[in-house]
Amino acid sequence: MITPLLTASQALAALIAIVGGTVHPGNGPAVENATVIIDGQKIQAVGAGLAVPAGATVIDAKGKIVTPGLFDPYTRLGLVEIEQIDDTNDVDAGGDPIRAAQRATDSYNPDSQVIAVQAAHGITTVLAAPGGGLISGQAAIFDLNHEATDTGLAAAAVGQPVSIGGAGGTSRGALLLTLREVLDDAAQYAKNRAAWEKGQFRDFAGGASRLDLEALQPVLAGKEPLLVTVHRRSDILAVLDLAAELKIKVVLVGAAEAWQVAARLAKEKIPVIIDPVENAPESFDMLGARADAAALLEKAGVPVMLSTFSSHNVRKLRQWAGNAVREGMTHAGALTSITARPAEVFGLKDHGTLAAGQVANVVVWSGDPFETTTIAERVFVRGAPSGDDHRQKRLLNRYRSLPPVKKP
Amino acid sequence: MRVRRYAPLALLCLATALGGAGCSGAPPKPDADPNDAPVMLDPPVEPDPATPEPALPTAGPVLIRDATVMTAAGAIWKKGWLRLRDGRIADLGEGDAPAPVNGETVVDAAGKFVTPGIIDTHSHMGVYASPGVWAHADGNEMTNPITAGVRAEEGIWPQDPGFQRAVAGGVTTVQVLPGSGNLMGGRGVIIKLHPRRDAHAMRFPGAPETMKMACGENPKRVYGEGKGSMPMSRMGSVFMVRAKWIEARRYKLRWDQWRKKPYEMKDGKKIPTNPPERDLTLETLAGVMAGEVLPQIHCYRADEMLLQIKLSHEFGFKIRSFHHALEAYKIADVLAAEHISVSTWADWWGFKVEAWDAVEQNLALVQAAGGIPVVHTDSAEGVQRMNQEAAKAMTSGRAGGIEITEDQALRWITVNPAWALGVDQQTGSLEKGKMADVVVWDAHPFSVYAHAEKVFIDGHLRHDRAQPGAPWSDFEVYR
Repeated sequence: MITPLLTASQALAALIAIVGGTVHPGNGPAVENATVIIDGQKIQAVGAGLAVPAGATVIDAKGKIVTPGLFDPYTRLGLVEIEQIDDTNDVDAGGDPIRAAQRATDSYNPDSQVIAVQAAHGITTVLAAPGGGLISGQAAIFDLNHEATDTGLAAAAVGQPVSIGGAGGTSRGALLLTLREVLDDAAQYAKNRAAWEKGQFRDFAGGASRLDLEALQPVLAGKEPLLVTVHRRSDILAVLDLAAELKIKVVLVGAAEAWQVAARLAKEKIPVIIDPVENAPESFDMLGARADAAALLEKAGVPVMLSTFSSHNVRKLRQWAGNAVREGMTHAGALTSITARPAEVFGLKDHGTLAAGQVANVVVWSGDPFETTTIAERVFVRGAPSGDDHRQKRLLNRYRSLPPVKKP
Repeated sequence: MRVRRYAPLALLCLATALGGAGCSGAPPKPDADPNDAPVMLDPPVEPDPATPEPALPTAGPVLIRDATVMTAAGAIWKKGWLRLRDGRIADLGEGDAPAPVNGETVVDAAGKFVTPGIIDTHSHMGVYASPGVWAHADGNEMTNPITAGVRAEEGIWPQDPGFQRAVAGGVTTVQVLPGSGNLMGGRGVIIKLHPRRDAHAMRFPGAPETMKMACGENPKRVYGEGKGSMPMSRMGSVFMVRAKWIEARRYKLRWDQWRKKPYEMKDGKKIPTNPPERDLTLETLAGVMAGEVLPQIHCYRADEMLLQIKLSHEFGFKIRSFHHALEAYKIADVLAAEHISVSTWADWWGFKVEAWDAVEQNLALVQAAGGIPVVHTDSAEGVQRMNQEAAKAMTSGRAGGIEITEDQALRWITVNPAWALGVDQQTGSLEKGKMADVVVWDAHPFSVYAHAEKVFIDGHLRHDRAQPGAPWSDFEVYR
């Protein structure tokens, strides 16, 4: 068993001053020689020349970079321990393609051994999305330390993952039709729940259960987005048209060819989550994939986010951001795309930036956070030191010393 | 069909009718009537793996100067130069370059970095080409757990868009392997990443043959769980492999005996005898036992690697590289003593139970134990940034308190993989006389922001960031 280094009460009580670093707040210019003061779970103050409060633990960050904790906006973290062991894999419920009522919060395992390995690389927050089917279930956002809050839950029901595109055994037209049917069913249902209860409604064609229909109401109300995994330009256009017609919010996920419709995405302020290293025609849906897609979207003014789309290697997010910068994205834009922007898109007002009153998700880096030669020296999740103890580190220590080598 | 010079393996050199030029251990020419020549049961019509055809034209001479030169042979020169000629590194040195000679293309590389071309020991480019559709899945002959005779070369689609992207990442040589669905999946092939019309023309000249094996979960999942046939367990896997090695030992003996005495005496005359029947599966295994085919074994768990090492002792062959090998750090001492290289990732893990005990310091611990660490990718994405993967593993090692030099980390993606593939005398480091496989980077290659700006393979400029040119793959010809 792994025991936390600090108990929850210790973490909650902590007053910490990170002094002398270059602070990149996530949504604005860097501040040199700044101080970040953490009080319990929150940031008390950020700025140059702040006095260190009495009793604070001081962390010297001279020559180092301080950023908000990194936020991967589309992962499977906490939903799967070992992909090929079904009992530990709760990503895909299987069966019924309409699972709008299923909640990631019911599957997420805050005790997953995989989580701290990510936190060790400065990841403090993830969106955990179920997958599979047409409507996969409600995504949720978690902070990667549950000492203060039992699960680390930051926000539930932040989006409904949907997949549109090339699929065996059906057509993309049929997938869109079913999506349209289900959303129409949900709208009809809401108009007269009593009639539905009495069985006085026509049969619903979409196959949604009552709880599915309920779960889709925030989508119809424009409060919760559909998180649509879609790559081909024609499919993206079809999804945008549907969203405009029904006045619902969408976030495009994957979206390898989104750069081809960047102007429209910018005009309609459609957020896009992309994998910045997806540069090959991995499927016939993504013949237009290219390495500088993030840069092109940024330049067009699209609210772009970057993701690893991973579970066990969410820790690569900063390397992925570095690759986006390598291909032309601005450094500040790339940092925003994995800190402030996902917080803004998913309505987490107290996440994603370094500012007074924000949740204390803070990382002290030995250098440029995107560099492969940089390490996350200190990671705080809700003010609690995180990522400095995990299973991989313990294995390293068990095997650090082997018998001396004997040449045959 | 033209009959080519035959066979790289001494045990396959059927020297009689077709001549055995270049074959080591060629049998004596029987002094018999030509009419008595044996019937060739298995006509040797296969292409000669040692010689890719058609040959490449010779590259023009190049002088690269004023760069930081990282040789992967112990030196990092703040200022140095290289001269490429006739596909080789003709000369190199520290300091100011000699004056360019007539006809030499000069690359002014001040502020830039030069390294050897990167080498990936574990690629499925071509056999699992993009797009990753059923039609392109040619890397796993999962109809029998032992298919050691199939060849990756003969499944490669040379139009895989991945090849050109790998070159843009500074990669010049890869080993394309069959997948790990089978216990003995077939022969790998070592190729240079020139745009050619077939895989045979891409072959690394003179490179040894290799064989892919797999232990652990994949074969038992594919066969036991997937088809209800053997192997369903690790026991079954080892049983099948051991039984095949026993068979191969007898096969090799039959061929060795025939090669030693390819005739029988009749009335005081040597009458040629027919060779034993060829079996492509056993031929590959016999090649492993003869030390001519280098085994490349997919294996995650420490105990399973130890088991494979025991099998290698039992049957007298040398394992060249364990692949994936996430638990190599648990037996780094043994791997170093056995002189077996470890081809693994910087941080990929956790997708299977046997991939659960990863540590970020695996490569560094193998290095510290005196072993041969190799960064491999198994990925069309990863192969595009192997420099970053090496840098991450170096950084993790250092963060874990293990001293790793830049030269060592550079070797993880250059000369160490060259050794794992048996081509380290030809490529993998910047040394006089080696193949002109050279990368010019626009920043330190261990920076995430570094681009391979110019990539030379055998002296040919195959990637120039300033002039990207047309896609190599016909697949990427879009309207």
